[in-house]
Amino acid sequence: MASNFNSADIAAFKNVWVFCEQRQGKMMPTSFELISEGRKLADELGVELCGILLGDNVEGIAKELGGYGADKVYLCESPLLKDYTTDAYTKVICDVIEDIKPEILLFGASNIGRDLAPRCAARLHTGLCADCTHLDVDLNGYVNFLRTGSSLDVDNMNFESKLFDVNKNLKMTRPAFGGHLMATIVCPRFRPAMATVRPGVMKKRPYDEAKANAVEIIRPEFKLAAEDIKTEVLEVVKAAKKLVDLIGADYIVSVGRGISKDVEGGIKLAEELAEVLGGVVGGSRATIDSGWLSADHQVGQTGKTVHPKVYIALGISGAIQHKAGMQESECIIAVNKNETAPIFEIADYGICGDLFKVTPMLIEAIKAAKAAK
Amino acid sequence: MDFHLSKEQELARKMFREFAETEVKPLAEEIDEEERFPMETVEKMGKLGMMGIYFPKQYGGAGGDVLTYAICVEELAKVCGTTAVIVSAHTSLCCAPIFENGTEEQKMKYLPDLLSGRKIGAFGLTEPNAGTDASGQQTSAVREGDHYVLNGSKCFITNGTVAETFVVFAMTDKSKGNKGISAFIVEKSFPGFSCGKHEKKMGIRGSSTCDLIFEDCIVPAENLLGKEGDGFKIAMRTLDGGRIGIASQALGLGEGAINEAVKYTKERIQFKKRLSQFQNTQFQLADMHTRMQAAQYLVYAAATKKQNHEDYSMDAAMAKLYAAESASDVTRRAVQLFGGYGYTREYPVERMMRDAKITEIYEGTSEVQRMVISKYLGVN
Amino acid sequence: MKIIVTVKQVPDTSGKVAVNPDGTLNRASMQTITNPDDMNAVEAALKLKDETGCKVVAVTMGPPPAEGMLRELMAMGVDESYLVSAREFGGSDTFATSQILAAAIDTIGLEEGDLLFAGRQAIDGDTAQVGPQIGEKLNLPQITYAADIQKEGNTVTVKRMLEDGYMTIRVKTPCLVTCIKELNTPRYMSVNGVFEAYSKPMTVLGFEQLKDHPLIEVDTIGLKGSPTNIFKSFTPPQKGVGMMLEGADKDTCEKLAGLLAAKHII
Repeated sequence: MASNFNSADIAAFKNVWVFCEQRQGKMMPTSFELISEGRKLADELGVELCGILLGDNVEGIAKELGGYGADKVYLCESPLLKDYTTDAYTKVICDVIEDIKPEILLFGASNIGRDLAPRCAARLHTGLCADCTHLDVDLNGYVNFLRTGSSLDVDNMNFESKLFDVNKNLKMTRPAFGGHLMATIVCPRFRPAMATVRPGVMKKRPYDEAKANAVEIIRPEFKLAAEDIKTEVLEVVKAAKKLVDLIGADYIVSVGRGISKDVEGGIKLAEELAEVLGGVVGGSRATIDSGWLSADHQVGQTGKTVHPKVYIALGISGAIQHKAGMQESECIIAVNKNETAPIFEIADYGICGDLFKVTPMLIEAIKAAKAAK
Repeated sequence: MDFHLSKEQELARKMFREFAETEVKPLAEEIDEEERFPMETVEKMGKLGMMGIYFPKQYGGAGGDVLTYAICVEELAKVCGTTAVIVSAHTSLCCAPIFENGTEEQKMKYLPDLLSGRKIGAFGLTEPNAGTDASGQQTSAVREGDHYVLNGSKCFITNGTVAETFVVFAMTDKSKGNKGISAFIVEKSFPGFSCGKHEKKMGIRGSSTCDLIFEDCIVPAENLLGKEGDGFKIAMRTLDGGRIGIASQALGLGEGAINEAVKYTKERIQFKKRLSQFQNTQFQLADMHTRMQAAQYLVYAAATKKQNHEDYSMDAAMAKLYAAESASDVTRRAVQLFGGYGYTREYPVERMMRDAKITEIYEGTSEVQRMVISKYLGVN
Repeated sequence: MKIIVTVKQVPDTSGKVAVNPDGTLNRASMQTITNPDDMNAVEAALKLKDETGCKVVAVTMGPPPAEGMLRELMAMGVDESYLVSAREFGGSDTFATSQILAAAIDTIGLEEGDLLFAGRQAIDGDTAQVGPQIGEKLNLPQITYAADIQKEGNTVTVKRMLEDGYMTIRVKTPCLVTCIKELNTPRYMSVNGVFEAYSKPMTVLGFEQLKDHPLIEVDTIGLKGSPTNIFKSFTPPQKGVGMMLEGADKDTCEKLAGLLAAKHII
């Protein structure tokens, strides 16, 4: 650790940084979402937005970050950074941060971001908030978010604090207890304030070619030797099967426990309906835990957060963990045998009936409606 | 009297409940419908020590106690009457008489496989002409040198087609009546032994029930359990213990039906009200629960007495009588609360009602229990 | 060789969750369970115990009733357990929690050949932070998201899941591995285990036992030692109830398709 580094000296820290994750030399889409969100935070603070990119021969993708709003990209290249390792990435990021001292540092809450961020936070002695779904610096923005995003009576609440400047500190909001509660976390006494951000939640800005060309690339000094890395990556394997892109889908047909009496038949119906709509199939946690669908299909608190145009829930009761992942969908349609299923509380349209009987009719009806257009 | 379970018993209940909910409940409907013996469940229960709960570790048992065994059968029966009786018949009617009456050699030879669930046990007492009147045994056993030759047949044998070890009763000396009955450990592979027809039953349809046939069946003399002429005593003592198992099964069936009825009546809406909001529902469920709670005290008291080596014969009879009649009553009332749906196989309460009926019949009918109890009262 | 497994007792968020009027969780009304990913970590350790005969030690931080969970784990086959519990530890965020757990694990002792297993994340906070933060404090190499663990001598080879595939990683022991549900199916308690559980050793590590450890400072534990604070907590708003369609037949489906078409969403 740099001898003069003190995470409690908060005045010494400035600018918003985003860890930009790449895999096999390709930028992860979440990096663009985070840069876009980081831009908002940097503007609220009146500071610069910087990406930090680690890898081997990745300069070519650094510019893209500028296109989504980054002013600068700190680029750390080494053959030892080609594949992700906890040891190498933690060391380089912490060394650079101890030198340059950003006040906010964001990571995507990917399997890699969630491996790396806690390790860095522990080394830097600062706070980290996991899996955020909303970020604010500006207090007014936060209050406005609560006005629609919470059940709080915001007009009769006190947001001031004697302990810290509520208008300058990052307010990190995240679901807890399986989505039953939301909590806003602050890190007032240490810097950088760190957060991992849930993929698919932050909206990407439009790409700006001029800004991409204007981005400043900086190569900070760092020391990294092979002995620093205690793990050995034997292979990196991409999944052979194409994974379902739930996050990017406009139409999602999800199945739940209701298909249990004929699992294959139920999934087949969902696939047919998804095909008619041009969408994909998702599932509740029960369907993944039972092994009916692979984990990439899971929608919900422990799965993916989705906001398609249309979300059709077949035989899903609507446990809160599931709702947490899909209630932002533009239009929710639920088919369930149980008229008291909680899914109907959030559905735009509900049909109380047997999914095995209703779905084939729905497929025909949608086919007909589309043909009539 | 201490009405609290020990920490171990509470923990064991949690274990049985998790196992029952996850492994047993999902199969209950299917094994009933298809009359299929759930061998895969028995294998799992064996690995977890559930096939030899209250026997010492030196014979491969789990080192638990009789009350824990009762709790096990109860928790299984809450979701599946069939699975509960498999454990009960195996434990109480085969493992127990071998453990309580066997020589050290017999125990070392038979108990490890039985208590670990590698082999299933059964009990052969009932004959077509010797049911409640067990003394009318017609199966005969004749000593010839180093073995006995058995001839005759048994009927309604629980676990019959799947068991590999049987405790079988036969007449070694007809002239002595009850005192001429002897008990034997019979292996499925003994020459002259075979299983007869499988019974189609009203309830506990996944359990195996069949005839046993002995045609010059050769049983080594060292497989005599106890002494010649001890058979009737062994059978009666075994049935005393068995009654705790069946009472626990009945208890679980009644409690399971209440669980289902509580869930259903809180969901089902008629006349714009949940069924649970009607006073009839509330009072019915209150009565049902009270009966099963009383049954539980009787069952646990009998199990505790057996564990403490006190005379529990009357306690077991009262527990079985009351638990069985309560289970029949409570499951029938549960079906009524469900209405039409309760009569369909969409819901498990009709199965529970069918399963409950047998508890009033096997291992001593309710009438036999009343005979035992009244004998203790000195009214004879 | 021994395997230390960190575990946590959590409210069962899959059931009904009661929220107090002030926006905090009504924990008293909820069932507690052993955190599911931690169960996979325990199972992974017990599997290695079945193969090698090694010792398995469970460690948790929590209030005294967490003993119940530890007894359950011992009924599954865990040999020994530690309950880290003190008023001074209350209010800890993930940073402070990992500081305390690291001190406890260091006190128990992690030697060459030993392993530290943890669940990926707990279902109450879903942070996945405590594992890696303990790893950092103990200067252990870590592999998170383990879907397969093979141990050969003093190395372990782990299949580490990524969203789009996996990595195979080898590391020398001692090291930290965090486990996911794909790794295994946790075993049940056994009857034998239940009757041994209460005679197996369980040690309480309170403030007195840990206060001299270098990681335990007033400003690194408890509420005071937590870099993060809760600013506000609240319940998410319920989306308004939509339209229940009459019936469940062909007409119903056609009506729905018509509504969607009219709104240009199909």
